[in-house]
Amino acid sequence: MAAAAQLATPHPATAMQKIVILGATSGIALEVERQLALRGCELLLVARSPQRLAELRADLLVRGAQQALTYSANLASIQQHAALFDFIRGAFADFDTVLLAYGSMHNQKDSETSVDVLLEELQVNFVSAAAILNWFAVDLERRGTGCLAAITSVAGDRGRRSNYVYGSAKGGLSLFLQGLRSRLYPAGVRVITIKPGPVQTPMTDDLPNAARFADPEQVARDIVRALERRSPDVLYTPKIWRYIMTAVQQIPESIFKRLSF
Amino acid sequence: MSGQSAATLRKQPAPTPSAEPVLSWGRYPKVAHRYVHKPAWNDQVADILKSAAPGSLLPYGLGRSYGDSCLNADRELIDCRRLNRILGFDESTGIMRCEGGVSLTDIIAVFLPKGWFLPVTPGTRFVTVGGAIANDVHGKNHHCAGTFGAHVRQIGLHRSDYGLVNCNSEENSDMLRATIGGLGLTGVIAWADIQLKRVAGPWIDAESIPFQSLNTFLDLSRESNERFEYTVAWLDCCAGKNPRGIFFRGNHAADPGKQFHPKRGPNLPFALPTWMLNRYSVKGFNTAYYRIHAARKGAATVPYDSFFYPLDSVRQWNLLYGKRGFLQYQCVIPESNVEAFGELLDRIARSGMGSFLGVLKQFGSAPPAGLLSFPRPGLTIALDFAMRGERTLKLMQSLDEIVQQSGGALYPAKDARMSPSLFEASFPRWRGFVPYIDPKMSSSFWRRVMGAQ
Repeated sequence: MAAAAQLATPHPATAMQKIVILGATSGIALEVERQLALRGCELLLVARSPQRLAELRADLLVRGAQQALTYSANLASIQQHAALFDFIRGAFADFDTVLLAYGSMHNQKDSETSVDVLLEELQVNFVSAAAILNWFAVDLERRGTGCLAAITSVAGDRGRRSNYVYGSAKGGLSLFLQGLRSRLYPAGVRVITIKPGPVQTPMTDDLPNAARFADPEQVARDIVRALERRSPDVLYTPKIWRYIMTAVQQIPESIFKRLSF
Repeated sequence: MSGQSAATLRKQPAPTPSAEPVLSWGRYPKVAHRYVHKPAWNDQVADILKSAAPGSLLPYGLGRSYGDSCLNADRELIDCRRLNRILGFDESTGIMRCEGGVSLTDIIAVFLPKGWFLPVTPGTRFVTVGGAIANDVHGKNHHCAGTFGAHVRQIGLHRSDYGLVNCNSEENSDMLRATIGGLGLTGVIAWADIQLKRVAGPWIDAESIPFQSLNTFLDLSRESNERFEYTVAWLDCCAGKNPRGIFFRGNHAADPGKQFHPKRGPNLPFALPTWMLNRYSVKGFNTAYYRIHAARKGAATVPYDSFFYPLDSVRQWNLLYGKRGFLQYQCVIPESNVEAFGELLDRIARSGMGSFLGVLKQFGSAPPAGLLSFPRPGLTIALDFAMRGERTLKLMQSLDEIVQQSGGALYPAKDARMSPSLFEASFPRWRGFVPYIDPKMSSSFWRRVMGAQ
């Protein structure tokens, strides 16, 4: 039904045509890219594995992407960012949309016992993400156009016993985006914070109740719609998470600290 | 990073069978699996194979096999649905390369607007390419196009012993023939080259003709197979030896017509209570179905999805058969034994356990594409039976006798209960297949028909 509806409504004329995807091989990004390919977008796919990027590129081209450039880099390593920006200046300079989709979720217990794991979690999900977004922000601000979107998480809305390391990194990223949005507002650059609930992707396969998590295709549909409309500022997907998190944030800390979830 | 995190997570395995157990389409048997791997990339499949114990794995697609051929009780599955990339398409030849977990519905969605269609399609489009190869599925055009496997030009096969192996008619052709119809036991299909077929558009010029006996069906079928690419019949199996039915035949319309996207039909939200399906309700349904179609007989141009996939319009129709699930019985009987076929129908009618959705088709004489391919010259019929315990199994056993005596065969993709001896009689070349089984692979079906359990 949804697929039919998508076809039935003509795509509004938007500026969304050339899109950079950071973390192009991550579970949610894969679904987003398919829907963008169907719209005939031009994509720059950034991820670590050259082999996976090649497979992905082939698929998106058959499905209708007008262009699918690939660039292999480990974005968690900030030293690798400069070369990526050089590449973009040369081959994809007039991009109009950026989606940051990479992230990692370690077992929380590991980051409690290993400071290396803890720092890596913060490095991947927050530090490197803030660094790379800042470069794109400068570029779009200078051009006075475009849209910057990043996938954070509902886990960033409140620090929970079972998942606060991942949660604090994603929560930090949400705050960073909030400030960035305000900074870029005068320039006409939109910033979208995407907060998915748990989604069925490789990152969550081994969590309990994974079968009940959201369908990545549905989440991707919400994301693509937000990219296209360049709104809302903060997207919860599936939508119900906006209400759940509103409720969760109301719980007084004196009670919340006793909860074990 | 996510690769590392996945590895870390796997070290503390969470083998708790998750809320949704893996079932086959018949929802019988209900078995538990130790772990379900969900690789998203082909490079991960190699790692899974490497670290697995002998005989512990089986690839799984969309779970449309009816019985236990897609299950691996108490062992592990490799869920291939995330391996769903189309890797290339050559417009000049119509050959498409895709990963094993790509679904036929996805292929249609991408290629039908470009004027290409599946060379062979089963009665549902919700199967993966890997599953279509592993079961060497057939469709309404078997009499002129053979099976799905006949249109597979080349595959890349993940083996735990040889790595990623290219198989085509020149290179490892024996492995290709073993994998076609090989029930997933020869390895995991990394990618396959499929020869698509040119069509003008998404429409079918279809005709439906009522018939009142097996002989009129045969006359109709012989005559139609000359002129029509697609032929199949629906059969009222409550009617006994001289069954009535509706014969459907069609060709791709020459006029491209309008493009459309198939509508997603309603979902059956939960398993129906078993009592709702009884000999009266089924008889009533069959009579109504016959009358409606007999009244509408004649020619019409219809959308491809309603012609090929009438059942796909109700998602999860398998829940119709209640909590205990159902069994499908699909056999083929040589045409020289039409009497045996009549006897089969008679037994089903007398049992009062037959159901709707009796499907009848005359296979063509194309040589089998795989070592264990099911289709062969003769008449094939597929019927559903709600699982009612011992008496259902007894009826099916008595049908087995007729099939075995008449030199027929049962279809593993539909089976959850055939005996080892009927399997051997149905697939006399099975011994030649055994050397091609990947040492890390096994299935509930295979252990059962090998008499291992």
